[in-house]
Amino acid sequence: MTLRTSKQVGEWINRNKKISFKFEGEQFTAFEGDTISSALWAADQKVLGRSFKYHRPRGVLSLANHDVNVLMTDGIDTNIRADVVEVKDGMVLTAVNTTGGVKKDKSSYIDSISPLLPVGFYYKAFHTPRRFFPFWEKVIRNAAGLGIVNFDYPRILKRKQHSHCDVLVIGAGPTGLTAAYEAAQAGLEVTLVDENRQVGGSLTYDRGGETAASKQLNDLLIKVANQSNIKMLTGTYAAGYYPDHLIPVVSEGGINKVRAKTVIVASGAFEQPPVFRYNDLPGVMLGSAAQRLIYRYGVKPFNNGIVVTANDYGYRVALDLLEAGTKVVAVVDLRKGTNTCGAAITLAKRGIKIYAGYCVYEALASSDKSSVRGAVLCEYDNIANVALTKNKLTLECDGIAMSAGWAPAGALLYQAGTGMQFDNSVQQFVPSRLPAGIFAAGKVNGIFDLEQRLQDGKRAANEALRYLGLEAPQITVARPVGQPSDLSCPSHPYPMVPHDKGKNFVDFDEDIQIKDFVNAAKEGFDNIELMKRFTTVGMGPSQGKHSNMNAIRILARIRDLPVEKIGTTTSRPFFHPTPIGHLGGRGFHAHRLTSLHDWHQANGAVFTDIGAWKRAAYYPTNGQTKEQAIQTEAMAVRTAAGIIDGSSFGKIEVHGPDAAEFLERFFTGSYKTQKVGRCRYVMLLDDSGVIADDGIASRLADDLFYLSIGTSNAAAVYREMQRSQQMWQLDIGLVNVTGAFGAINIAGPVARTILSALTDLDLSYESFPISSVRESHVAGVEARLIRVAFVSDVGYELHIPMAHVPHVWNALLEAGKQHGLRPFGSDTQRLLRLEMGHPMPGVDTDGLTNPFEIGADWAIEMNKPYFIGQRSLQILAKRPLRKQLVPFVLAENFKGEMPMDCNLVVDGRAILGRVTSIAYSKFINRCIGFAYVSPAKTAVGSTFEIRTDSGTLVKATVAAAPFIQNQKGA
Amino acid sequence: MPLRLLKFAVSKDHPAPRFFKSHEAPKKSYDVVIIGGGGHGLAAAYYLAKDHGITNVAVLEKGYIGGGNTGRNTTIVRSNYLTPEGVNFYDASVKIYEGLSEELDLNLFYSTRGHFTLAHTESAMRTMRWRAEVNKHVGVESRVVGPDEIAKACPQLDLSCSGQAPILGALFHAPGSVARHDGVAWGYARGADRLGAEIHQNTEVLAIDVKNGKVCGVKTNKGYIETKQVLCAVAGFTPRITEMVDLETPIVIHPLQACVTEPMKPWLDTILVSGSLHVYVSQSSRGELVMGSSLDPYEVHSTRSTLDFVEGLTSHMLDMFPFLSNVKVVRQWAGMADMTPDFAPIMGKTPIEGFYIDAGWGTWGFKATPISGKTMAQTIANDSAPDLIHSFRLSRFEDYELTGEKGAASVGH
Repeated sequence: MTLRTSKQVGEWINRNKKISFKFEGEQFTAFEGDTISSALWAADQKVLGRSFKYHRPRGVLSLANHDVNVLMTDGIDTNIRADVVEVKDGMVLTAVNTTGGVKKDKSSYIDSISPLLPVGFYYKAFHTPRRFFPFWEKVIRNAAGLGIVNFDYPRILKRKQHSHCDVLVIGAGPTGLTAAYEAAQAGLEVTLVDENRQVGGSLTYDRGGETAASKQLNDLLIKVANQSNIKMLTGTYAAGYYPDHLIPVVSEGGINKVRAKTVIVASGAFEQPPVFRYNDLPGVMLGSAAQRLIYRYGVKPFNNGIVVTANDYGYRVALDLLEAGTKVVAVVDLRKGTNTCGAAITLAKRGIKIYAGYCVYEALASSDKSSVRGAVLCEYDNIANVALTKNKLTLECDGIAMSAGWAPAGALLYQAGTGMQFDNSVQQFVPSRLPAGIFAAGKVNGIFDLEQRLQDGKRAANEALRYLGLEAPQITVARPVGQPSDLSCPSHPYPMVPHDKGKNFVDFDEDIQIKDFVNAAKEGFDNIELMKRFTTVGMGPSQGKHSNMNAIRILARIRDLPVEKIGTTTSRPFFHPTPIGHLGGRGFHAHRLTSLHDWHQANGAVFTDIGAWKRAAYYPTNGQTKEQAIQTEAMAVRTAAGIIDGSSFGKIEVHGPDAAEFLERFFTGSYKTQKVGRCRYVMLLDDSGVIADDGIASRLADDLFYLSIGTSNAAAVYREMQRSQQMWQLDIGLVNVTGAFGAINIAGPVARTILSALTDLDLSYESFPISSVRESHVAGVEARLIRVAFVSDVGYELHIPMAHVPHVWNALLEAGKQHGLRPFGSDTQRLLRLEMGHPMPGVDTDGLTNPFEIGADWAIEMNKPYFIGQRSLQILAKRPLRKQLVPFVLAENFKGEMPMDCNLVVDGRAILGRVTSIAYSKFINRCIGFAYVSPAKTAVGSTFEIRTDSGTLVKATVAAAPFIQNQKGA
Repeated sequence: MPLRLLKFAVSKDHPAPRFFKSHEAPKKSYDVVIIGGGGHGLAAAYYLAKDHGITNVAVLEKGYIGGGNTGRNTTIVRSNYLTPEGVNFYDASVKIYEGLSEELDLNLFYSTRGHFTLAHTESAMRTMRWRAEVNKHVGVESRVVGPDEIAKACPQLDLSCSGQAPILGALFHAPGSVARHDGVAWGYARGADRLGAEIHQNTEVLAIDVKNGKVCGVKTNKGYIETKQVLCAVAGFTPRITEMVDLETPIVIHPLQACVTEPMKPWLDTILVSGSLHVYVSQSSRGELVMGSSLDPYEVHSTRSTLDFVEGLTSHMLDMFPFLSNVKVVRQWAGMADMTPDFAPIMGKTPIEGFYIDAGWGTWGFKATPISGKTMAQTIANDSAPDLIHSFRLSRFEDYELTGEKGAASVGH
């Protein structure tokens, strides 16, 4: 049997294009443009999913992206929202979270044992005896969760865009369209977003049985289409509000981060279900859902329906049902009194029975509980909000449409910091204090009448214009003033029908009933935040869109407080759950490559990540292991020469008359006395005296220092320099030239011989001694040459423009060929500097190490007026050391389990320190390293014990550094 | 089904008493006033009563209990710290946690899953080994494992992290667990209430009365309360309270953010942390992925969410789990973390007589809830801090005796 109606004006389906798909093993047909739910409903498939907790059958509720009991999987994707996702030809779908299918879900037994599962039941049991908890936990974990994740799902890289506009209008219903049009008329750039695939909002479905709305929408659309300064984004939702009007709008294709000058929120309202027993049966749906089925998808919601309502909206729904060919058995209005709205009069004329002051006491389920077979009505006491069950009457029907009120789709307003106040006359939270540049209009603003909404859109646009400094007349649109009992009120103040047997659902996501709130309050969870956390109301994927308002009303009633006093829970992004792939976008990993990267790659380098840089760690040849490669490279440096690409070193220039003063304050040493052409060691501390980094300062001119520092900390050091300069305001300029200059270090006994072939500079030790800097040319390229002794006593750091590094590198290799020159990597450098006895910050120090503990007293000029960390060092200098870094060796020909970095130095139960560096040096044929030991045992020749990974104790002896003899070289 | 649920099925009345009594207003005086009704404050009230018989105690909470960082953290419990002092302290916490559901007779869903701190660089591997060595030394089950063992525990993890940050190994910490954070607060609240302590929600402390260096009362929005002992247990609000007594601490407040996905069937059994990718993630018993990242890099006293946080976090999640592209994030939120320079807490006495501090909980407060409650109760009862928290004393900053836990922070902060 099909529930498809005849063609509707403005319907979203294409009846010329048939689609076939499978659901739970059965074949279905649909039209292009159907959602999965509308297609199944058209085919009279009522049970579309199962609820999360009790596995109750569920059908259509909202058709507005919060039917989260109807999540499906096509085997590839999971938790597909059937109410809004378009069905595609060939889809093979099943409902998630069932045991054996949606029709005969074996887990539905849970529904029958629900008395055993009161609110918060999982806090109350399963934990004693403790040993059984893992069993129960497994049961509960497996029962929880919705869809099954497909581990083969592809990584989807969605684009991200940034855009700017004068006005962002959220929601393209009549209000939003009007606001956008008015703002555009004034010449502003407008972006209009709507989550639906077609604009129009309520005009696409709320028609009261007539076609006027459709005509009105067309007129509006023509006006809007003629405004070229309106960018309309459909199928796009505003996911959240972030400071300064940053609003990510999300569509299938990706995220557009909109930065707007002003924002008009015309996001409408969510229809709220009245709460009565079995209000969750498939066939019981919101009035707006019934209307969406009819006018968007040409589907009749049911054949014989009842409308239960508490506002005029329900009467319009009844007319729409009639229009679709549904027999309206009755309109049940919770409110007493004769309704005189146009729709009510029309209905009465058409002979539709109206029960005023009645409620649906319960819906009656068919024998298999999968559909509605009738409804029990009785009178309703609007003061006590109870059903008067004396004279019940039963009506047969196969569906119930519910229209009892609304809750504002105000998430973005809340996130923006809007003050919201409960307006009794519309029974809704409405904005009372809007942040600058944000405006609300339409239903979200508590304005429901269509003509008034159009006015309100215009009003909001005018306010936005004035906010932007343009002229626009002030318009006033007033919400109705009256009592909630007035028939004009869009929402019922308490649409709850208590029932002894319960199963009157407030939150469909989590199967939460009225009594769960009562019981939660009884247990002390009687403020809205605690209640939310204990009952889990609003914590499901629909985020409380259909449940939070009723929960607040129930709590207000329990506490005997006005709704205003209960307040709302905090609204947080996202407005609709947003895919990780969209949010993550095209993941961006910033890797920095030196200009020699290709060369390293071509020459078999193994790379390592240091900070953001990829550095060549070593170059294994002929199948060498890492250890073999490192030893080969190190031996070359010791016996001939090696070159290393040091382009990743941090390089910072300090310019200006106060350059030396800046260094004096920033680093521990003295720089005012440093001569041009000389280099000095720099050490940076933090305020607590802990070593942050070190490096070399080369004075190129009175007012120019060139700093070279380690790779990993360079960015942080530069940032700290800038921060310090902000405070000190010295006459200097800082330039980070890390990427502008590359660097090559050539080191080893024959380094000078090789280099001298490529430069005119006098490299003799007399004219270019250690710790000096020269500016000259190497292989025809301008270079800063620094005489360093980090990895070898003979070493030159050549700093050259990054682009020229490969040229100089190749020239050096060529010149060094006959001398046994070879490249070495950063891992080899670690060994070489260890042999030289240089501790490295971050390797041989940690977040608490002060200079005294590594014996770097020599690097500190305490008699300066100030340097960072000085005060702390003055205090520390008077205290005994807690640990001290020492060079050590293992026994000659050590053969046991080699200790590793970070193995502990222990003395029985006491931890004395740890190994910070350890390596075998082929050159001296000894295992050497640095370790922290007790300050009492630092004399050369003292011994201590290192505990290896396996627990063996290895004896080590304190040695003198450097570990190798000075090699003057050729 | 456990029998204890039967009574709910046979009774119409929901036979469960209130978790804690509701009081009209605070009394005129208490022996001890605890500022902050989070896990720590409530636990302190509980242990004051249980261990020391001190029951004339008020817990003052300006909002609702457990509504601060207790209800905002990602619920990870572990003890794989870096300093022996830290490891001992957190291990004591883990030990209490293991029996806490039974002790409080509330199922806290304390679930031991194993905790992997992934290392993507050699330097991270060094830190892992350091932590493992210290942990082993103190008797806590931690060890460095290779990629194979990680893959076995979490076969879904892309060990190359999409080629961006190949995993070299991890610090595996077997006792690593998750628990229901709300339950911890509620359980301690109920325990404390039953033993006689009073819990006052919506009660904000406006000033603390100090005379001659001694605490003598607190001024609240519900009146003045006389007391000689005040415990400050307010995490991200610490500077506002310490300012009331002119106490300087080195605490700075940074926001810490987190988010959850919609529920899915269980697949992630372990707790995973990646320092390089700034991610920690576990799957809750409801089926949601609970995810967090590093601190926001600036000092802000606010709990607003930012888009870049969730963009960065999800991007890195995809490096680890590329198949999550279409899994949806439902909600993001933030807490205020009270950070200390050495990433260890500040606990114990202060120069003001009768003013005790339980602060500096940064990003590591939840896991310490039981032991901090216990040791602070001890400190208040004896007016002297136990040895277990000696390394966390406020005076360590003047003494240059920091307890360096930065290397054990779950992700690079």
